Amino acid sequence: MEGSLKYLLQKEFIQFRRNKFLPRLIFFFPVVVMLIAPIVANMDVKGVKVAFVDYDGSSLSGKMVSHLDASEYFKVALASPNYEKAYELLEDGKVDVIVTVPAHFEAGIIGGTKPKIKVDANGVNATKGMLGSRYVMASLAGTLQEAAAGMGMGLSSENNLSVCYFYNPTQDYRRFMAPGFILLLVMLVCCFIPALNLVLEKEKGTIEQINVTPVTTFEFTLSKLIPYWIIGLVVLTEGILTIGLIYGLWPAGSWGALYLAAVLFSLAMSGFGVAIAGGSDTMQQCIFVLFFFVMIFMLMSGLFTPVGSMPSWAQKVTYAFPPRHFIDILRSVYLKGTTMAELWVSYLALGILAVLFCSLSALTYKKRG
Amino acid sequence: MQIRLSSFVKKEILHIFRDKRTMLVAILIPVTLILLFGFTVSTDINNIDFAVCAPHRSEAVARGVDKLSFSPYFTFRGYIPQNDIDRTLRTGKASAVLVFAQDYAESGKMQVVVDGADVNAAATSAAYVGNVLQDSGAAQALFEMHVLYNPELRSSYNFIPGILGMILLLICTMMTSVSIVREKETGTMEVLLVSPVKPLYIIISKMVPYLILGAIDLALILVMARFVLGVPLSGGVGGIILVSLVYIVLSLALGLMVSNIAGSQIVALLLSAMVMMLPVLFFSGLLFPVENLPWVFRWISYVIPARWYIDAMRKMMIEGMALSGVFLEVGILVAEMLALIAASTKRFNDRLE
Repeated sequence: MEGSLKYLLQKEFIQFRRNKFLPRLIFFFPVVVMLIAPIVANMDVKGVKVAFVDYDGSSLSGKMVSHLDASEYFKVALASPNYEKAYELLEDGKVDVIVTVPAHFEAGIIGGTKPKIKVDANGVNATKGMLGSRYVMASLAGTLQEAAAGMGMGLSSENNLSVCYFYNPTQDYRRFMAPGFILLLVMLVCCFIPALNLVLEKEKGTIEQINVTPVTTFEFTLSKLIPYWIIGLVVLTEGILTIGLIYGLWPAGSWGALYLAAVLFSLAMSGFGVAIAGGSDTMQQCIFVLFFFVMIFMLMSGLFTPVGSMPSWAQKVTYAFPPRHFIDILRSVYLKGTTMAELWVSYLALGILAVLFCSLSALTYKKRG
Repeated sequence: MQIRLSSFVKKEILHIFRDKRTMLVAILIPVTLILLFGFTVSTDINNIDFAVCAPHRSEAVARGVDKLSFSPYFTFRGYIPQNDIDRTLRTGKASAVLVFAQDYAESGKMQVVVDGADVNAAATSAAYVGNVLQDSGAAQALFEMHVLYNPELRSSYNFIPGILGMILLLICTMMTSVSIVREKETGTMEVLLVSPVKPLYIIISKMVPYLILGAIDLALILVMARFVLGVPLSGGVGGIILVSLVYIVLSLALGLMVSNIAGSQIVALLLSAMVMMLPVLFFSGLLFPVENLPWVFRWISYVIPARWYIDAMRKMMIEGMALSGVFLEVGILVAEMLALIAASTKRFNDRLE
């Protein structure tokens, strides 16, 4: 029986090679995606568009607007004492934040009447609204303090809090997103292709031929999983090399830690894909169901939005998602240089899920007869 | 010809409605996903695990820690020694460490060390710490802040139009992407080719049944978005439905285009599910703001229909703009729809010769 697995694998590889589309997909798709992803995947809050409505017209408000304009974080889209116009621009999405300086503001500050600057933020994009308005306020407060110091008066400005960012000192969004896209690629390739491949055998009827041979369920399932396990590693390597060579983003931790995690992850995902395929009658059905899960995995595993932002029931559910553990490992190893020993919980979870999904895939494929 | 078209449509409808399982899957998936993501996906930072490093554990330090722990946004994970800061952050035990100065009681000096891996989360955490600990500070006294349209800053509002745009496009494309290839694979294509039916009629009849499915999906999604997720839909439901139907037809035509090009079902499905997912994700503004893109990619994004649809939906669902406010977006979607239908008819036509 030892021999039949070898022949089954040989068959899989020949079929793969003979296909015009698949080898190209696996070699070019990851490279193209990893070339584009770091440039595109940018949730940086920069270029916040500010409308500066200045009813004061003093030298102080003039300083504020020129400081805002000088910063790369802001773009002053409008500077005129016309709140209605600014509000219209905000409605059209041409402005994110409106700053309104009331009349006699400078005089009020000097006189100690404590006038207030009004800040309106467009909350449609919650992150941009919140961070953008905060940045604006920080910049304005800075200008005010500077001016107050110049005038020789203390503006109760005790800013004793300093912030220090670890692991990503330049606050570069690319460093954070790149590992997420490696995961996405490995997941898409390892999930969709083996599943479709199995349904194809079903639709073509070649699975009947396998059923009448003395090949065991176990061997057949393995022959469907092993090739994609190798392909998963190829895709990972392509991803690491592309962002390393082009963008200079190399993992801070060990490569071994990444590959071990990738092996477990691609096993889990291809097991999952084959299990779904086992339960589907047509390719279309299979891809619909896979799409459903891939979307869930993609949007709920912390790739793009923090897991901690979800309600607690959803956070608990994500422990059953292989990508959740894989992304933890990838990001920790890539950015923080965390070691395997420190991440053993994630590896263990990934291992358990791999075993679980692979056995599930062997179970759903039942030899009939 | 009128009769022929209707009989073709009937044939296609029978084909699809016979396969109850696939039909059910196609209807349930978008609805479930929207509901699920509407409840879960957000970028709000609700919980920050923090540890404290205080060389001199004075009463002032304890007061500061209490103040933070009392806030629903913070969870206290214990005191740690100075040389443990890196390990604590690296293993993810905490995402922020507060370092109080030796003379914190007098000077009030402190530092926040944040796990900066996630840029926006880090900036938000640091801002929260500042807010809680320095709530009587100068900055607060100077400003009066308002958030428009989304006063609670719930990011799910922003995600629902985006996710809707992505799911509708991909599901509809997947639905039609196999329809022509399947005819090729099963050999019934020959029959179609020798019949005197106009290619345009074949294309239309392939789309009608899926349009029905798409419309059912849309209706369920809108009802849920309004009544379960509380999205305002303030720009008028009629306009939203109209724009969405254009978008659905466009996606179905895109699927037919894929089906015309692809040589086999497996290729058609991989193209429509896997290869297409990424451009939509990258260039639609769903997660990554289009204005952050370098100009080359911004040009690419102008071709991606999801970008225009998501833009239009954000305006109509949340900002309350009427149909007239999204004239540009709708115009582009209609143009793309017509172009795709024409292109797939043309391609289909080429096969006849």
